[in-house]
Amino acid sequence: MNDAPGESTGDGRPAPDGARGAAPTHWVIVNGQRREVPAGGSAHDLVVALGLVGRPLAVEVDGRVVPRARLADCMLGPESVIEIVTLVGGG
Amino acid sequence: MTAAATTVDPSLADGHLRVAGITLRSRLVVGTGKYATMAGMVRCLEASGADCVTVAVRRERLVTAAGENILDFLDPARYTLLPNTAGCFHADDAVRVARLGRELLRDLGNPGAEWVKLEVLGDPRTLLPDPVGTLEATARLVDDGFAVLVYTSDDPVVARRLKAAGAASVMPAGSPIGSGQGILNPNNLRICLEVLKGDDPDYPVIVDAGVGTASDVAAAMELGVDGVLLNTAIAHAADPERMAHAMRAACFAGRQAWLAGRIPKRLYATASSPEEGVIGRGASRPAATGEPARTGE
Repeated sequence: MNDAPGESTGDGRPAPDGARGAAPTHWVIVNGQRREVPAGGSAHDLVVALGLVGRPLAVEVDGRVVPRARLADCMLGPESVIEIVTLVGGG
Repeated sequence: MTAAATTVDPSLADGHLRVAGITLRSRLVVGTGKYATMAGMVRCLEASGADCVTVAVRRERLVTAAGENILDFLDPARYTLLPNTAGCFHADDAVRVARLGRELLRDLGNPGAEWVKLEVLGDPRTLLPDPVGTLEATARLVDDGFAVLVYTSDDPVVARRLKAAGAASVMPAGSPIGSGQGILNPNNLRICLEVLKGDDPDYPVIVDAGVGTASDVAAAMELGVDGVLLNTAIAHAADPERMAHAMRAACFAGRQAWLAGRIPKRLYATASSPEEGVIGRGASRPAATGEPARTGE
């Protein structure tokens, strides 16, 4: 994990950066791309951070679909794999 | 509205296409892919007369600014949306995509939420289905409560296995997806129809893929299939909206021809006009002698 932010605490979560007072973060994978998110955040928080609130979408976390009403209850762990999909034209 | 199907004589009435408890007025199901513009797509869907359209499930773009979404143009109250698993090469992926599509459509309150057009592909160049993965995914999705409309080849044995696994509709391809080659093996489709409908005449069979032009749709419908699903033949026609009208008319024409019952093919001619009463037959006058014809003798 060369690209992990801060120093790893060993459980995958980076150590808090006390010098700058930044909130702890960890990495997740969203639609195939690594992304740094605040530790303790939910799938709903991620949707908000991505500016996707109100758009038609479905979210899968670690291989399981999370119903929209449950997004706020779904906490993202270190290395969570998230897929956010929508509908597009297709045959 | 100029399509013939909208002005038919009541005596030409036909039952609706019913799949998994949903009734469709049109036997033409059209895709929403490959259109140059969303506005053009909307006009073509209208012209096609379809009330069920397929859509794909894809990753939301996270980098570019959120652009237009197909749902800004497709009214979920008007169209039954049939989400597909296009692009999946493994049963696992297809099951995941189906579940994501269901979540999306449930949010929209669309009746297609419990449907999936299942594709499990086996080869990127031909886009032919992987029959083993398709059968496995069908069984898993049926277990999970889906109505599975399954894309398959025109192999009657696979078709039988998919129906036995609980598929709501078996959808054999006329020819490879997007190829425009039409119905390559009508005999296999006939056998598929026998196998699938022999003791279950209402079981819906839909030709999915391969259509190139209107006569392909008519030819498929004349075999007795319940519907045709197509996309590229309209979207990539030089005049897509005109082709959408043509497809609608062809679907109607082919269906009516099937219901009407075609004549058998014969090797030799049978005359259409009476063979009796043609002038110049029967007794003829003597060979010409140069004398005027005499009468009354």
